[in-house]
Amino acid sequence: MGVGIKVDKLNAWFGKTQALYDITMDAPANHATAIIGPSGCGKSTFVRCLNRMHETVPDARAAGRVQIGELDVYNGTSAVQIRRRIGMVFQKPNPFPTMSIYDNVAAGLKLNGFHDHKRLDEIVERSLKLSALWDEVKDSLRKKSGASLSGGQQQRLCIARALAVEPQVLLMDEPCSALDPISTGKIEELIFQLKEKFTIVIVTHNMQQASRVAEFTGFFLLGKLIELDKTEKIFTTPSDKRTEDYITGRFG
Amino acid sequence: MTGPQPIAKPEVAASSDVQSQPLLGAGNSHVADAIFHLAMLACGLCVLALVGVILYELVKGSRLSWHAFGLKFFFQSEWDPVNEQFGALPFVYGTLVSSFLALLLAVPLAIGVAVFITEMCPRWLKGPLAFTTELLAAIPSVIYGLWAIFVLVPLLRQYGEPFSARYFGWTGLFEGPPYGIGMLAAGIILAIMVVPIVSSITREVMTAVPQQQREAVLALGATRWEMIRTGVLRNARAGILGGVILGLGRALGETMAVTMVIGNRPEIAKSLFAPGYTMASVIANEFSEATGDTYLSALIEIGLALFIVTIIVNILAQFLVWTVTRGTPARSHA
Amino acid sequence: MPETVTATADFAAAPISLWRRGMNSFATFAAAVSVILVLLPLGAVFGYLVYKGIGSINWAFLTQTPKPVGEAGGGMANAIAGSAFILLIASVIGVPIGIGAGIYLAEYGRNQLGNIIRFTADVLNGVPSIVIGIVAYGIVVLSQGHFSALAGGVALAIMMIPTITRTTEEMLLLVPNAVREAAYGLGVSRWRTTLSITLRTATSGVITGVMLAFARVAGETAPLLFTAFGNQYWNWKINQPTAALSLQIFTYAISPFDEWHRQAWAGALILIVLIVVAVSAVRLVAGRGMLKGAN
Repeated sequence: MGVGIKVDKLNAWFGKTQALYDITMDAPANHATAIIGPSGCGKSTFVRCLNRMHETVPDARAAGRVQIGELDVYNGTSAVQIRRRIGMVFQKPNPFPTMSIYDNVAAGLKLNGFHDHKRLDEIVERSLKLSALWDEVKDSLRKKSGASLSGGQQQRLCIARALAVEPQVLLMDEPCSALDPISTGKIEELIFQLKEKFTIVIVTHNMQQASRVAEFTGFFLLGKLIELDKTEKIFTTPSDKRTEDYITGRFG
Repeated sequence: MTGPQPIAKPEVAASSDVQSQPLLGAGNSHVADAIFHLAMLACGLCVLALVGVILYELVKGSRLSWHAFGLKFFFQSEWDPVNEQFGALPFVYGTLVSSFLALLLAVPLAIGVAVFITEMCPRWLKGPLAFTTELLAAIPSVIYGLWAIFVLVPLLRQYGEPFSARYFGWTGLFEGPPYGIGMLAAGIILAIMVVPIVSSITREVMTAVPQQQREAVLALGATRWEMIRTGVLRNARAGILGGVILGLGRALGETMAVTMVIGNRPEIAKSLFAPGYTMASVIANEFSEATGDTYLSALIEIGLALFIVTIIVNILAQFLVWTVTRGTPARSHA
Repeated sequence: MPETVTATADFAAAPISLWRRGMNSFATFAAAVSVILVLLPLGAVFGYLVYKGIGSINWAFLTQTPKPVGEAGGGMANAIAGSAFILLIASVIGVPIGIGAGIYLAEYGRNQLGNIIRFTADVLNGVPSIVIGIVAYGIVVLSQGHFSALAGGVALAIMMIPTITRTTEEMLLLVPNAVREAAYGLGVSRWRTTLSITLRTATSGVITGVMLAFARVAGETAPLLFTAFGNQYWNWKINQPTAALSLQIFTYAISPFDEWHRQAWAGALILIVLIVVAVSAVRLVAGRGMLKGAN
C-alpha cells in the first residue's frame, strides 16, 4: 500500500538561485496528486526533492522536512535508501539501451543484490503486467533491448522498472510530455490503476491530464505553492486569483 | 577525433549572393566565388591526395622486398642485412608485446582517471585535472625517452626488476639479468604516453551519456559507483573500447621513446626483461644507414605494414567512438 | 503492504549492505589512486627536466654550436634555429592547405566528398610519424639526392594539416549562420563573406588550431631522422641537412658522454617550455571563447 507524503517548509536552491520557497503540503496515500504550473515554476524541482534527486545536480541543495510514510527523507536516512523506496518516472523515457527488456525491469533489484532468479522472473512479469506492457513484450523479454521499443512502450517499461523495486510512492515528472496522444492515453489509464497500490505525485503541464488522473492538484508559481485542493475545486472554483488566471489560460 | 558528425546543414541561401551589388558594380563575384570554391576544394582534395601519396610511396618502396620475400616476410625471424635476408617477425612481436603491455597498464588507470574527473571530483578541480592529464600528451616522445633512459631504466634495474623477479619470476615473464633496458621499460613508457589518449576519449564518451541515464539508475536506489557502472560505463563501453583501440594505434606507431629504451635487439624472448625491437624503432635506427636496395625496401615494407595496421585500427576506433557520441549531448533536466 | 509485496519488502527496509558501501568507497579510492599514479610520472618528467636542465642553460648553450666530443661547452643554438626553420617551412606549406581544407569542409563540405575528406583527415591524424618520415624521404630526399630542411618541413607539414583542417572546420561551424546571412543580405559575395566575415570571426579559434598543430609537431623526432637529418653547424639553406632541437636531444641522450647528457636535458627543458607555453596559450584563448564577440 502506498503511504502519505508530508512536506513541511521545503526550500530548494540551484547555486544561489532559490527555486522553491517554503513549500508545505500533503499528498494523501493511494491517491494521485498532480502538480501544475507554468514552466520554470519549480514543479519538477519539487518532485525531485521528494526523493533527493535534486541534490544530484551540481551546486543544488534543499532544506526542509519531507516525510514519506514513516521515512524522514532529509533526516537520518541516506539518499540511496530513500530512492529505493520511491519510484521515479522521468520526462523522457530513459530505458537502459544496453540491457534487454527483462534486465531493464530487474535492474533495480539486481543493483540491490537480489539474485533469486525464480522470484525475479515473477517480479518482472508482475511489474510488466502492472505497467500494461506484458502482452506486447512477453515474447521478446530477453531478446530485445529496452531502446528498441516505441516511445510509449519505453515509458511503460520505465514505469515497470520503477515498480519492480516495490516502492511506496511513485513520482512522475511529466511522464507524457514526450509521447503521442495514444501512448499518453495508455499511461493515464495506467496511472488510474496504479493509484490502488501506490501514492502518486505527477507533474504535468497539461491541465486536462491533471483533471483526468488526479484527485488533488497543486498549483505552483515562481517557486511557491499557490494552492492545493481537490482537483475539481482547483479547476472550477479556485480560491486564488493567480490559479484562476492560469487555468483560464491568461498566462503560462 | 570524433569522426564524421552530422551537423545541421548551414542553409545558406545560395542564390542571394548572385544579387547584384549596385554600389560596387555587379561583376565578377560569380567568377570569384567559383574560383574561391575551387581553391578550397583543391585544399580539401590535398588531404585525400596525401593519403594516396603515402600509400603510393610505401607500396612503390616496398615492392622489391615484397617480391623477394612475399608474405613470409612477416613470419621469418632472421634479420641479416649482410646476407640480405630479411624477416620482420621479431619487430612485429616486439611491437605487439610492448603495445599490449602498455594497454594492460594504461587502460585501468586511464578509465580510473576519466571516472574520477567526470563523475567524482569537485567541479573546481575538473578543469585543472583534465588539463594536467592532457599535458602528458603534449610531451614529445623524445623527452619521454630521455627521461626513461636516465630515470625509469635505473629505477627498474635497481628496484623494479629484482623485485618482480623475486615474486613473479615463476611466471617466466620476469627472469634473466635485470638490464633495466628492455621490453618492460618500453611497455611502461608507452603506457604513460597512451594514458592521456584513452582517458580523454573515455571522458568524451562518458560526457556524451545522457544525464537521464544517470538519474534513472540513481532513482532506483543506486550508490554512486553503481550509478557510474550501470548508468555510465555500461552505456559508454563501445566508445571506451574505441578509445582503447585509438591508444593501441598510438602505441603501435610510437617510435622515439621506445627506440631509446627497448634495447634494439631483433630477438624474441619470453621474459619482459629481455631487449626487443619494434617495427617503428627498426625503421628509426636503420633507415638512414640502410645499404642496399633490398634492405631499404624491407624497412619500407615494415612501414607499409605499420601504416595499414594503424589505419584499420583508427577507422575501427572512430566508428566505435561515434556510436556513443552521435546522440544528443548530455543535458541536465529543465 | 499488500500481499503481493513480499519479495523485497523486508529487503527494501534493510540498510544498504556493507558490500555495496564498501564497493562504492573502494571505487572512489581506486579512481583517486589512478589519478595520482598518472600525475606521478608527469611530475617526475617535469621535475627532472627542471632539475637536470636548468643548470646547463646558459648564454653559450643558447648561442653556440656543438663542440666536438671531449670538449666542454658548446650549445644548441643551431638546433634551436634549425627547429624554427623547419617549422617555418612546415607552416608555409601546411597552414594554408590546412585552413583551406577546413574552409572547404565547413562552407562547402556538407556532402559525400566532404565526409570522405573529413574522415581521411582523421585517419591521417593517426598515421605514425615515422611512416610520414619515410614518405617525405621518398618524395623529397630521393628526388633532391640529399637530406634537407625542406624534407623535414614537408614531413611536419603533412602532420600539421589534419589537425589544422579539423579545428578550422570546427571553429568556422561555431560562427552562427546569421552572421553569414547578414553579409549576404548586404550583397557581399560568398568568398568575401567567408574570408572577411566568417574566417575573421573565428580567427582566434583558427589560431588555436594552428598552435595545437605546432605543439604537436615541434617535438617530433622520428620524421626528421632521415629527412632533416641533423647538422653540427648552422644552416639556412632549404636544400641542406639541418639540425633540429629534438634530433639533437635524441643524439645526445643515447650518446655515452656526460657532457652531452647534460645538454640533452637542457635542450629538452627548452623544448618543453616552448610547447607548454603554446598549449597553455591555447588553453587560455580557448577558455575565453573561440569567437570574437561571442561568449
